[in-house]
Amino acid sequence: MSDEPILRFENVTVRFNDVEALSSLSFQAVAGESRVILGAAGSGKTILLKTALGLIKPDSGRVFAFGKEIGALPERDLFQVRSRIGMLFQESALFDSLTIEENVAYVLENQKSISCPPAQIYPRVAETLEFVELGGTQEKFPSELSGGMRRRAAIARAAVTEPPLMLYDSPTAGLDPITAHTIIALLIKERDVKRCTTLVVTYRYQDGNLIANFRYNPKQGNLEPAFNGTGRARTTFMVLREGRLVFEGDQDRLEASTDPYITKFFKQRE
Amino acid sequence: MVASKFGDFTGLLDFLKEPAAAAQEFFLLTGRALRNVVRAPHYADDIVLQMDTIGVGSLVVVVFVGFFAGVVMALQMSKALSSYGQVGRTGMIVAITLVRELGPVLTALMMAGRNASGIASELGSMKVTEQIDAMRALGTDPIQKLVTPRLEATCIMLPPLTVIADFVGLFGGWLIAESYLGLSTRQYWDTAWQALGWMDVAEGLIKPFVFAFAIALIGCFYGLRASGGTQGVGKATTNAMVAATVLIFVLDVMLTKLFV
Ligand SMILES: Nc1ncnc2c1ncn2[C@@H]1O[C@H](COP(=O)(O)OP(=O)(O)O)[C@@H](O)[C@H]1O
Ligand SMILES: [Mg+2]
Repeated sequence: MSDEPILRFENVTVRFNDVEALSSLSFQAVAGESRVILGAAGSGKTILLKTALGLIKPDSGRVFAFGKEIGALPERDLFQVRSRIGMLFQESALFDSLTIEENVAYVLENQKSISCPPAQIYPRVAETLEFVELGGTQEKFPSELSGGMRRRAAIARAAVTEPPLMLYDSPTAGLDPITAHTIIALLIKERDVKRCTTLVVTYRYQDGNLIANFRYNPKQGNLEPAFNGTGRARTTFMVLREGRLVFEGDQDRLEASTDPYITKFFKQRE
Repeated sequence: MVASKFGDFTGLLDFLKEPAAAAQEFFLLTGRALRNVVRAPHYADDIVLQMDTIGVGSLVVVVFVGFFAGVVMALQMSKALSSYGQVGRTGMIVAITLVRELGPVLTALMMAGRNASGIASELGSMKVTEQIDAMRALGTDPIQKLVTPRLEATCIMLPPLTVIADFVGLFGGWLIAESYLGLSTRQYWDTAWQALGWMDVAEGLIKPFVFAFAIALIGCFYGLRASGGTQGVGKATTNAMVAATVLIFVLDVMLTKLFV
């Protein structure tokens, strides 16, 4: 039951003119697992997430989310599938003409398949902003926040509906190391408290390392090491190179690899 | 021979492929935007907001342009008419040229400069910062939420703005007629009024309505196609203004041909 794939790619190819952004990519993510997708700039990481969300249609191959083939669905029916997927876009992509509160409320007010009584919208928004530790910024505009706070607000906007699948596109790109760490900590908190399947795209191996080996401690409100066995969240690593999947497996197998493109990612750690 | 001929032919096809694809995309956008006019959900707040930025925001510039168009027409025409001894008909000429031609075209050109480019840069920045993708991810259709309200607001606002430009232009013409040509107020307004038939008024109202489609849809089209960061937004903005301007003149010729 828990091994039912939530997301499945079957030989998915996405082309832009003559460039293959994704080449015959296949993988599946099961409920409750974390996937860390590593890849150099331009390797197709963003395209992979957008295809999973149905924002980009594959040129060939099939994409299934929650058992539905989404490549074949018209845009109107995709909205319902998308309401069960939260996405953090690379540069946050907050709506600059709306306040933080309105940004987070947007999906509750506009997504028809989510029935949230109007009176509950703003309490729910406040609660979500509290969860990402952004209480008190409701009335601010995105341009008034720092990069890290914008990232938090965008996570709140993606997570306000408590979707069972969360996609993060380069959550730490452009952030200083300390802020980057707090964003990954928030991502782990979201994963462990809400128990959602999580796909994280990144080119920083440290992010993947944290996601694979740490868990959220709700009593102390911080991260603690998750030792092998019961507490360790299942984390699979994937490495993309020019649209191809060149590695899929756990952290130990990744670190045992001798392929120079793959070792480049974890060598950067020290 | 055969092969090279064939080669030239496919070369030409390749050359036409891009504009043809763009035209197809434009008509697709037009179709979807129009379909959404009658489909739920309707974003009334967005329409009102756009009517304010597009319409009310353009009022000052439209008044200026209308005024000077009227003044210049009165001066120019009085010179030409004086050689036939018909200076008394200045009001008539000013009224006809303004209502049929200058009011609609000049107002639309101002709107193309101000709003086609404004819409393209706004939607273009949203596109390159992935806000358009975020909208789709959060359950809204960007065409319904962004394009249709802008189209409706422009179609609602451009005809009344044109009427305002016409009146201000007539007023400008009257100032010249009164102060410089020595015509009586009565004579100017009587000839102006009598000159206008129903067909002139129809032409003067249908033109801005059609131009509004060109302005709003071209702006949205280039904005939604923007790619490649801030540079791409700049290019979309310029392209939208140029394309809207050219399209206004082309449509003006076609519409004028219908009415003469
Ligand atoms: N809209 C587009 N048009 C053309 N090519 C694109 C477009 N989007 C992405 N690509 C190409 O697809 C490839 C993968 O892009 P992307 O997934 O954004 O890379 P990244 O791994 O850095 O997120 C790149 O080579 C990029 O140039
Ligand atoms: Mg990317």
